[in-house]
Amino acid sequence: MVNFSNLLQYLALQSPLGSDSTNTTVNLAKMGLTAYTLPALPYAYDALEPHISAQIMELHHAKHHQAYVTNLNKALESHVAAVAHGDVATQIALQQAIKFNGGGHINHSLFWKNLAPAGSAEASLDRARSLVSEIEKTWGGFDQFKTAFSAALLGIQGSGWGWLVREAGNGAGLRIVTTKDQDPVVGADVPIFGVDMWEHAYYIQYLNGKAAYVENIWNIINWKTAEERFTGQSEEKTEL
Amino acid sequence: MSSTLLRTVPALRGALRASGTPKAAGALASTSFVRGKATLPDLPYDYGALEPYISGKIMELHHAKHHQTYVNGLNSALQTIAEAESKGDFTKAATVAPLLNFHGGGHLNHSLFWENLAPASREGGGEPDGALKKAIDTDFGSFDSFRRQMNTALAGIQGSGWAWLVKDKSAGTLGLVTRANQDPVSGPYVPLMGIDAWEHAYYLQYENRKAEYFEAIWNVINWKTVASRFEKA
Repeated sequence: MVNFSNLLQYLALQSPLGSDSTNTTVNLAKMGLTAYTLPALPYAYDALEPHISAQIMELHHAKHHQAYVTNLNKALESHVAAVAHGDVATQIALQQAIKFNGGGHINHSLFWKNLAPAGSAEASLDRARSLVSEIEKTWGGFDQFKTAFSAALLGIQGSGWGWLVREAGNGAGLRIVTTKDQDPVVGADVPIFGVDMWEHAYYIQYLNGKAAYVENIWNIINWKTAEERFTGQSEEKTEL
Repeated sequence: MSSTLLRTVPALRGALRASGTPKAAGALASTSFVRGKATLPDLPYDYGALEPYISGKIMELHHAKHHQTYVNGLNSALQTIAEAESKGDFTKAATVAPLLNFHGGGHLNHSLFWENLAPASREGGGEPDGALKKAIDTDFGSFDSFRRQMNTALAGIQGSGWAWLVKDKSAGTLGLVTRANQDPVSGPYVPLMGIDAWEHAYYLQYENRKAEYFEAIWNVINWKTVASRFEKA
């Protein structure tokens, strides 16, 4: 939450706001807010090879994800200043930047954790007993689910993501959803795992062959994380 | 929108095939109906001809793979619609509309794009002159200002899409528009010059540094083609 007394104090002392990322962090701190930071990957850049190359992982994490974090902090800094100034027009103008960059930060943070090196314990379906059982109940079999999920991923027109979510209503059932650009799954629906279908997620390695990327991603899904998100044991929601 | 595509896409394809040169751009405004399937137009230059600004590898994948996929998807959508129509299954036809928009738009956009590029050693780069220059100066302040506005629009695309210099037929002025994914420019807007901001258009060479691609591409803009589209718009 925005701490308004800190914020007003800050604005009285200092203006205009700086725009580079170091200043943004400092400025947000002075407003009583914590700047978002790039989370460390839970594995090395080359740990997902051969399914996702180290070069892709490094660019994706250190450059793309970092840009979403930087731009989210900038947008939030401008937003709290607009709130303090009672400038509703600027607040509205910032909504799209907050959604895009905030979504990019949430999506990638979830994505890194729902991947794991092929052959690791976490990448074994055995780690997701209750989730797999619910998947089989919903789609009639795990292979049918895989087929449906892969088709949804390949049907995305442009940049976006595919997600397995646990719905808030409908008896908390499972559902496959796709989201465009960096739109996140928010609200009461719980994202179980997501697959990034932006071209930057695969192009250097797979070029236009995105079907091969989708086929290979199944080798590196972190079923332990997926199970924890499904059963509500995950701590991530508070981390983000 | 769909009816416009059905009419213009085969005409576009026919025009591009008929001459295979940048001059074909003039025929884009034609709405005459040419029966048959959409086909991949030849590039009016070699894959390596836009180097060092756009690599030969990018151009080859972009043309031979990506554009070909849109051509195939467009033909497949048109066939599904024709079959549905013959059975009176209009629900089925309607469900194909997003695919027609995506693949038809992809075919149209890329066909326009190839023609509004040219090697820097030939027509590519420089600045427009004549009536087009005058219109750009009037509507954007100056060519430099137009360039800056176009690059800002490109950088602001959140996801995949295109930015276009257009003529607004209702207002009679030039304008800048962006389109998501492969949505084509339509309505009162006539596309004069487009820049592809999909990651596949630059990623192999520029990676995440898309601003560098948006700077570099001005060296290979074919102002002759743009001027010709402007005169006919």
